[in-house]
Amino acid sequence: MPAVSKGDGMRGLAVFISDIRNCKSKEAEIKRINKELANIRSKFKGDKALDGYSKKKYVCKLLFIFLLGHDIDFGHMEAVNLLSSNKYTEKQIGYLFISVLVNSNSELIRLINNAIKNDLSSRNPTFMCLALHCIANVGSREMAEAFASEIPRILVAGDTMDSVKQSAALCLLRLYKTSPDLVLMGEWTSRVVHLLNDQHMGVVTAAISLITCLSQKNPDEFKTCVSLAVSRLSRIVSSASTDLQDYTYYFVPAPWLSCKLLRLLQCYPPPEDGAVKGRLVECLETILNKAQEPPKSKKVQHSNAKNAILFEAISLIIHYDSEPNLLVRACNQLGQFLQHRETNLRYLALESMCTLASSEFSHEAVKTHIETVINALKTERDVSVRQRAADLLYAMCDRSNAKQIVAEMLSYLETADYSIREEMVLKVAILAEKYAVDYSWYVDTILNLIRIAGDYVSEEVWYRVIQIVINRDDVQGYAAKTVFEALQAPACHENMVKVGGYILGEFGNLIAELPFSGPVVTVLFCHLAPCSSTFSQRPRRLSKRCCAVTARSMSWLVHLQQTVHNSDQYYVQTSEVVSPVPQATVLEEMPPFPERESSILAKLKKKKGPGAVSVTELEDGKREGGELNGGGERGPETAAMASCVSQSTPSPSADLLGIRSVAPVGASLSSAGSLLVDVFSEAGPAAPSAAVNDDGFLRYKAVLWLSSCKVSAPPSEDPAPPLSEADELLDKFVCKNNGVLFENQLLQIGIKSEYRQNLGRMYLFYGNKTSVQFASFTTTVSCPGELQPQLNVQSKPVEPLVEGGAQIQQVLNIECITDFSEAPLLNIKFRYGGALQNLTLKLPVTINKFFQPTEMASQDFFQRWKQLSQPQQEAQKIFKASHGMDTEVIKAKLLGLGMALLDNVDPNPENYVCAGVIQTKGQQVGCLLRLEPNAQAQMYRLTLRCSKDLVSRRLCELLAQQF
Amino acid sequence: MLNSKKSLRFLGKLRLQKWYVPLSDKERKKISRDLVQTILARKPKMCSFLEWRDLKIVYKRYASLYFCCAVEDQDNELITLEIIHRYVELLDKYFGSVCELDIIFNFEKAYFILDEFLLGGEAQETSKKNVLKAIEQADLLQEEAEAPRSVLEEIGLT
Repeated sequence: MPAVSKGDGMRGLAVFISDIRNCKSKEAEIKRINKELANIRSKFKGDKALDGYSKKKYVCKLLFIFLLGHDIDFGHMEAVNLLSSNKYTEKQIGYLFISVLVNSNSELIRLINNAIKNDLSSRNPTFMCLALHCIANVGSREMAEAFASEIPRILVAGDTMDSVKQSAALCLLRLYKTSPDLVLMGEWTSRVVHLLNDQHMGVVTAAISLITCLSQKNPDEFKTCVSLAVSRLSRIVSSASTDLQDYTYYFVPAPWLSCKLLRLLQCYPPPEDGAVKGRLVECLETILNKAQEPPKSKKVQHSNAKNAILFEAISLIIHYDSEPNLLVRACNQLGQFLQHRETNLRYLALESMCTLASSEFSHEAVKTHIETVINALKTERDVSVRQRAADLLYAMCDRSNAKQIVAEMLSYLETADYSIREEMVLKVAILAEKYAVDYSWYVDTILNLIRIAGDYVSEEVWYRVIQIVINRDDVQGYAAKTVFEALQAPACHENMVKVGGYILGEFGNLIAELPFSGPVVTVLFCHLAPCSSTFSQRPRRLSKRCCAVTARSMSWLVHLQQTVHNSDQYYVQTSEVVSPVPQATVLEEMPPFPERESSILAKLKKKKGPGAVSVTELEDGKREGGELNGGGERGPETAAMASCVSQSTPSPSADLLGIRSVAPVGASLSSAGSLLVDVFSEAGPAAPSAAVNDDGFLRYKAVLWLSSCKVSAPPSEDPAPPLSEADELLDKFVCKNNGVLFENQLLQIGIKSEYRQNLGRMYLFYGNKTSVQFASFTTTVSCPGELQPQLNVQSKPVEPLVEGGAQIQQVLNIECITDFSEAPLLNIKFRYGGALQNLTLKLPVTINKFFQPTEMASQDFFQRWKQLSQPQQEAQKIFKASHGMDTEVIKAKLLGLGMALLDNVDPNPENYVCAGVIQTKGQQVGCLLRLEPNAQAQMYRLTLRCSKDLVSRRLCELLAQQF
Repeated sequence: MLNSKKSLRFLGKLRLQKWYVPLSDKERKKISRDLVQTILARKPKMCSFLEWRDLKIVYKRYASLYFCCAVEDQDNELITLEIIHRYVELLDKYFGSVCELDIIFNFEKAYFILDEFLLGGEAQETSKKNVLKAIEQADLLQEEAEAPRSVLEEIGLT
């Protein structure tokens, strides 16, 4: 039993808790709980006159059971009843139950809201606080709808108690986070900002969280907070440690508020007003000075609070990135922390220095700490600290220290934790490439990487080294020689063999003068034979990739073989070292690659858009490939091999992956060597599911890309241009309102829409097809150019996180102001495994969606048809049927278009006639349509007449795609 | 600030948890399990911060209890550590040298104190005096409101 039992002890509850604690086994516990649940259930059901106390007690028991991890599916109503009790204690338990158990989308919310409303207007501050806490804890959209307009009033009212103000501020913050569209500060803005001046420190502490969040979203409206924040900060920083009474924490004046003020200032650029800026710089200097003063207490709380402010101040200094003096001082301070005995400080100093390293003012200062950081990498006991050290080494690396840093990272790799090896490998690979002065160093580094951590060298890394070697002829001979030597080692990693196979295959001729090496041939054979023996069978995806490798080394071996033929001695050696089976394989004529051949052709057929490989290009490629392999004497085998290597596609490799990852990785990667394009394409569209699982490549590119823009501006996040197939996708939806708009390996977007008059509502469903969470998921709908005044599309923001396998929904409200031709754009951005995905689609909102069908008799139709006789009112198209000419299908499409399909109007029963009115905000546009099929010629003639000329043309364009 | 959760745990048993972002029960359970495993695997002298998914975990051990907060990337780790400490101080002051049993038997009080101190994941009132004053006032209201009851009724036998 507790030593102190304050307030009312609910003994029944205490007894129950003791019982549970005394249970010897999980089974006994469950039995006891079930018994209690049955008891409570019968109490709630049977005795209608259950008094407040009992209700409270049982609700509390349920809460306890829930907190033990059991599901609770009743008692909610009783808890809601408690809310309207007059007794504080019952109300409080009711609210607690609701806060902990009620899901924000529960149906109970309406009942709860009622009770909250009563308490908010009760003018009893304790009740008001309870109600506000509940809103802040649940924070559902329904609550925002009910209270978002009321709470700002409470927050700024002159007669509100301080404690209520504090709760109101944070309550509003929570609602703003849930439903920013519902929390409109407007007239309250200035009064909320002035809460920074409030006398009560608690009110300022609470209000500043709200102000910071609002400032991030609407910096302009809140910019007056900057000067207020600076003066508040200045007063705190210069106050003696006792001035602030209970807001002083272990001799540090108001650490939480100070941190929040410094965080708020990070929402803005440096103050323009000289006086304000001067005052702020003074504050920052004082904070840096204080770090040097002897501590006022030995307690860790003192130093933590003090350093919390210091780190936040350093963040602000880094954010401004304009005061060289402060930046260097910050760096020196962090340098001291690098050797501090507190692990936490070392960790934070390493982390903070990472950002300092990217500032031009402090980059050099950070570099002076290189030895300490290397030491940290070697000696820190905690892997998370070592990880930070590795990050910092990566961040501080430049041309001057690259060799040292890469060498240290390589040596660390030998003992590095498994959890961070892969990342380390990527970092080494990136640094080696980025700062390579001579490429022989680069080749050495990557080979070392494979030697040390071969298992963690992903395909992307070893593909890359090959790519670079191919692109740089000054390093090819060296690379061939080096892999040749590396392959003579007693044990070689598989990846080494692959790289070796590729490079020797391509450039083995450059080292023809080297003495023949049995071991190299053996290792290549032993590795390659298993997959080469399956050549003629149907290779699976994996073995296909091996084939590519095999093919490369084969070409070298064939080359070798020619040399061997010239010298009996070598030939004998080959026969000795190579066991019979592999030897047979090498001497055998290489079988053609039926699978590959067809996969290229299939791709050729599939790709019809721009950038597709034309047949001539492919043939050119073949010819080049042939030459590459040393002449065309070898007949069929060369051709087969060439087709395997020379699918020269000009598009960047990122697109081949079928995922539009933004990765301007630099020209060299984009102009991918033919070889790599080929290999990548294996992982790409041909095997989409594999590509998704294989996200290492994307990550690699993302890191590369980040590293390339690290020092310069932050990554551009402009919306991507619309997909090339966006128009096609749009056409699919002209005659229907629901369906799948878009799908790739990661994401599926479904659409449901409905239209009435000139208004429409569209539901977008974003489904995460992967098992990995999408972060920072945002969608933006825009009306480009002239569409802007014509169409009004409003969207509600979506949740920024989409869990793997989950689907989220977004609602768009659409209003047609006047007729339009373009489609609104939907831009979707999210992070998948660290890489920013950015894609833009056209939303299938077309003018015909606003059709109202109009029924009319034959006579009326032709009368109106004649009235619309001006040439520009008519649009006509004659086109070939692309979908067959089934009557029912055509009818369904015309109905889907939104017009009325009129029977018995046209004298020719084969023809279709429709009438409708397009509803826009400003006007109505009458439209008449006539579709004349000619079954014999498989042609249509489509004629549209509308009271507005542009509309006829647009409708005609849209419709011509449909039949 | 504390955008995800704050919880108290003992040998993998969650004594108190508070979530500041809407998540389903299933997700909560999964996250809790993950976190408990991650933190219990850490050795004593290790750093109090670690990266976890896209969040940062700040934790501290007090005797048998681990207190742990998940905060967002840009949040200040050290001040979060002191948030934990201040909360422990509040519990300590209220219960008078707090122990795990206090939190088990008076879990509702632990929640009330937390709500007075942090709301929606942000510090609402950092003054120890003010927080305790609010709680004690509430206790007073409680005592006034309660009428004495028979022992039998208390035990729940009626």
